[in-house]
Amino acid sequence: MLAHAIFFYFFSFVAIISAIMVTASKNTVHSVFFLILDFISISCLFIMIGAEFLGMIMLIVYVGAVAVLFLFVVMMLNVALQKNQWFKSSETSTHIPVGLIVSLIIFFELIIVIGGWKYKPDIIKNFSDSLISNSTNTHTIGSVLYTEYVHLFQISGMILLVAMIGAIVLTFRKREGVKRQNYFSQISREKNQGVELVEVKSNEGVKIDV
Amino acid sequence: MFEVSLGHYLTLGAIIFTIGVIGIFLNRKNVIVILMSIELILLAVNINLVSFSIFLQDLSGQIFTLFILTVAAAEAAIGLAIIVVYYRNAGTIRVEEIENLKG
Repeated sequence: MLAHAIFFYFFSFVAIISAIMVTASKNTVHSVFFLILDFISISCLFIMIGAEFLGMIMLIVYVGAVAVLFLFVVMMLNVALQKNQWFKSSETSTHIPVGLIVSLIIFFELIIVIGGWKYKPDIIKNFSDSLISNSTNTHTIGSVLYTEYVHLFQISGMILLVAMIGAIVLTFRKREGVKRQNYFSQISREKNQGVELVEVKSNEGVKIDV
Repeated sequence: MFEVSLGHYLTLGAIIFTIGVIGIFLNRKNVIVILMSIELILLAVNINLVSFSIFLQDLSGQIFTLFILTVAAAEAAIGLAIIVVYYRNAGTIRVEEIENLKG
C-alpha cells in the first residue's frame, strides 16, 4: 500500500508539472513533448490502478497518433517559436486576472464537490456483478464492449471515418501546374487519338509536332 | 495519507482540468496550444471516469473512456486540419491576430 501511494504521488506530480509546462512553455514543440509526458504518466496511473487495457490504448492512441499529429502540424506550420508568453503580454492583459479567477473558482468548486461526495451505500451492491472476477481487464472490456455497447462501438467507428474524410476534404487543394493522373481520360483514350501512322518518304524524315 | 483513495484520483483530475481551463483562458501564443489544453481537459475527464469505474467496480466507466478517446482523436484530427487550412489562408495562427469574427 505504501508503494502504491509513493507511485501514485510520483506519477501525479509528474502529470501536474507537465500539464503546467504544456500551457506555460514558450516553445510549442516543448509543449507537445510535455503533453506526451503527461499522457505517459497518466497511462502509468491507469495501469497501476487496474485498468491496463485503457492505459495501453491511451499510449497507442495519444502518444502514438495524436501527439505525433500535433508535432507534425507544429513543424509544418513553422510556429514553434513565439515571442510572447501568456503571462507577459502587455496590451491585452485585462482578461488574464479574470481568466485566473474563473479557473480557480472552477477548481474550488470541483474540490468542494469531491469533498462532499459520498458513496450511496447501496450503489456498490448493484453494480458489483458486472465485473467478472476471474478474468483480465481486457477480457471483461471485450465481453461488454462487443455485446452491450456494440452500437456505440460502431457509431464511434463512423465518427472516426467522418473525421478522416473531413480532414482530407478540408486540407485537400488543387494546385495549378501539377500533373496528375486522370484515370477516366486514360481509360477512355482511343486508338486513333494515341497512334498515328505516317508515310515516311526516304531522305526526308518526319516532322513530329506534339 | 498513504491510503490512495478515490478522492486522490478525483483531485488529480480536478487539478489537470483546471490547468487545461487556465491554458485556454490565458493563451497568447497559438491555437495549437489551445487544442492541447482541450486534450488535457479530456484527459482529466478520463481520469475521473476510470477512477470511478475502478472504485465502484463498474465497467461502463472504462467503456465510455474508450469512446471519449475515440472522439478526442477525431476532434484533434479535425481541429488540426482546420488550423492548417486557416494558416494557409491567413498566414498566421496567433490568437491575437485571428480577428475575422471581430470577437
